[in-house]
Amino acid sequence: MDFAQFQQAPVSVPTEHHSHGNRWDPYVDNGGTSLAIAGEDFVVVASDTRQSNGYSINSRYSPKAFELSNGSVLATTGYHADALKLVEHIEQRAQLYFHKHDRAMNVSAMAQMLSGILYSKRFFPYYVFPILSGLDAKGKGAVYTYDPVGNMERVNYQAYGSASALVQPFLDSQVGFKNQRNADPSRLLERPQAVKLAIDAFTGATERDIHTGDWLDLFIIDQDGIHQTKRELKHD
Amino acid sequence: MSIMEYNGSAVVAMVGKNCVAIAADKRLGQRALTVDMNFQKVFPITDRTAEERIIEPKTFSNLVSHMLYERRFGPYFVEPVIAGLDKDNKPFVGTASDNLFGMCESLWEPDLEPEELFETISQALLNAVDRDAMSGWGAVVHVITKDGVITRDLKGRMD
Amino acid sequence: MAPSMESTTGFKFDNVRRNQLLGDKGYKVPTATKTGTTIVGLIFRDGVILGADTRATAGPIVADKNCEKIHYLAPNMYCCGAGTAADTEFTTNMISSQLALHSLSTGREARVVTAMTMLKQYLFKYQGHIGAALVLGGYDVGGPHLFTIYPHGSTDKLPYVTMGSGSLAAMSVFESRWRQGMSREEGIELVKDAIEAGIFNDMGSGSNVDVCVITKGNTEYLRNYARPNERVEKEQSYKFPAGTTEFIVPRPAGVAAGEESTAMDTSA
Repeated sequence: MDFAQFQQAPVSVPTEHHSHGNRWDPYVDNGGTSLAIAGEDFVVVASDTRQSNGYSINSRYSPKAFELSNGSVLATTGYHADALKLVEHIEQRAQLYFHKHDRAMNVSAMAQMLSGILYSKRFFPYYVFPILSGLDAKGKGAVYTYDPVGNMERVNYQAYGSASALVQPFLDSQVGFKNQRNADPSRLLERPQAVKLAIDAFTGATERDIHTGDWLDLFIIDQDGIHQTKRELKHD
Repeated sequence: MSIMEYNGSAVVAMVGKNCVAIAADKRLGQRALTVDMNFQKVFPITDRTAEERIIEPKTFSNLVSHMLYERRFGPYFVEPVIAGLDKDNKPFVGTASDNLFGMCESLWEPDLEPEELFETISQALLNAVDRDAMSGWGAVVHVITKDGVITRDLKGRMD
Repeated sequence: MAPSMESTTGFKFDNVRRNQLLGDKGYKVPTATKTGTTIVGLIFRDGVILGADTRATAGPIVADKNCEKIHYLAPNMYCCGAGTAADTEFTTNMISSQLALHSLSTGREARVVTAMTMLKQYLFKYQGHIGAALVLGGYDVGGPHLFTIYPHGSTDKLPYVTMGSGSLAAMSVFESRWRQGMSREEGIELVKDAIEAGIFNDMGSGSNVDVCVITKGNTEYLRNYARPNERVEKEQSYKFPAGTTEFIVPRPAGVAAGEESTAMDTSA
């Protein structure tokens, strides 16, 4: 890559589609919301399945949370085509790892690898906001969040996507127990409670965010594997 | 940067059972710089405890609406919220409005008693402003009932 | 040119220069709330039927889940509004009051063409700056009338019309199923289906269906005729126990926060 090309490469992630006049802009924001809540020995992952562009719905059921071969779940938001390519990219690398080491990647290794994959495209990023969830080596719920260029953080809960501004403060309150007297902010939720919160977060987001809706994909990851359920959200 | 984000703010109002609440953060900024940490954003229009009603909330709401529309082609950069006892909706505005929408949509429920309404509006506002860099520095809540106004200064994050 | 500060009627322009200056300094000046909308109207055997969704949006956020977009003009005339929310509200309100005065001075029921002409002349005067896109329907001495009025002042007279961001979805329903001389029930059903096409396929439109049926000497406003989008019950309640929120010593009722100098003087 010569220097002129280097200079033209996008360094920040565009959030609007085709808004820069005649400049080539290959990115689209397909909307939608994803969240993950970690528990003591499980993780709840939830994504709506609406894929949209502007005021139009491209698909009412286009899942953006993916089961990976090593038993973890990757929930995404942002540009759907990039999300699909990112999953392919991860799975290719995971397969190489499997053949080389004769065992599946554990979640922390995959988390580190995902950061590397994202940063390897620093100047032509995957326009994806990934949340990687699974159980760590001790069997505890693990949630890793990223920005599109690979900045990684392990957290107890996170919401990303078009309704993240609506859902994240709700999780701060109900999962993080913020601003509450007599509450322990480091307490982890029980499984039924986490599932209820994930559902209420999405019914609320569907009410107020036009890009979120249609169906809810729910994943519960525990020692026995991944349990997936599907719920209906509003279609308007 | 939008002019609506110049000062930064979060204002929210909610209805309960025979009561309404209105609350605001206390930050006044000039862009990212905080210039006042105790700025009043809620102003009394009528003193409902002292005497008879001077102006109905709905009437006052219409008045403000016309004052704003008069300047349709040169607007004031304000987004007012009016709360009063009669009947109301639950509007919310400011730089933290998306956060407030999310909080209110999930926390609010009909027919809250004054003390319950205080907790709900306070938690909605505090958790919303904590995710907005342009709002915060504590908050003040007013709960209006037929017997009077309960005013409380909340302890919030001071950053 | 000095802005007319003395004027007590009509629009005031005294903030325009200030706002222009702020805009030039690089501050983004906010645009008025434009609502994504589906509004429709059709003529049936005995009159006209108007329909609208009830979602008001502020960007990608739903600001009001059940707003009213079918505005009253006169007892025999209603008007659906799309575009800038404040403009449709105030424009129809103002024309409504002019129509009332007009009826009083002529001693007759106002005609639909009169309202249409007043609206188009008003909107043309403002050269599209008043962003109101309207569907006007009514029944007068000449029978049922249905018009669309665009923000720049142009008008159409058609037997079935749609407007707003959901207009294509709604028109696809009308184009396949509208026919001459439909019954009242058929007409309402078709309007409902057209609005629902907008509600479900256009993300700018949503929530409920409002319908207004205007026939000779009778108007029926069917607010929330269909409610296909009820919120499901929450999984749990989010009431907080009393004492959850920390606060500083309560002040006596009625005393305002902050210094006196920042308090608004309401004594006059």
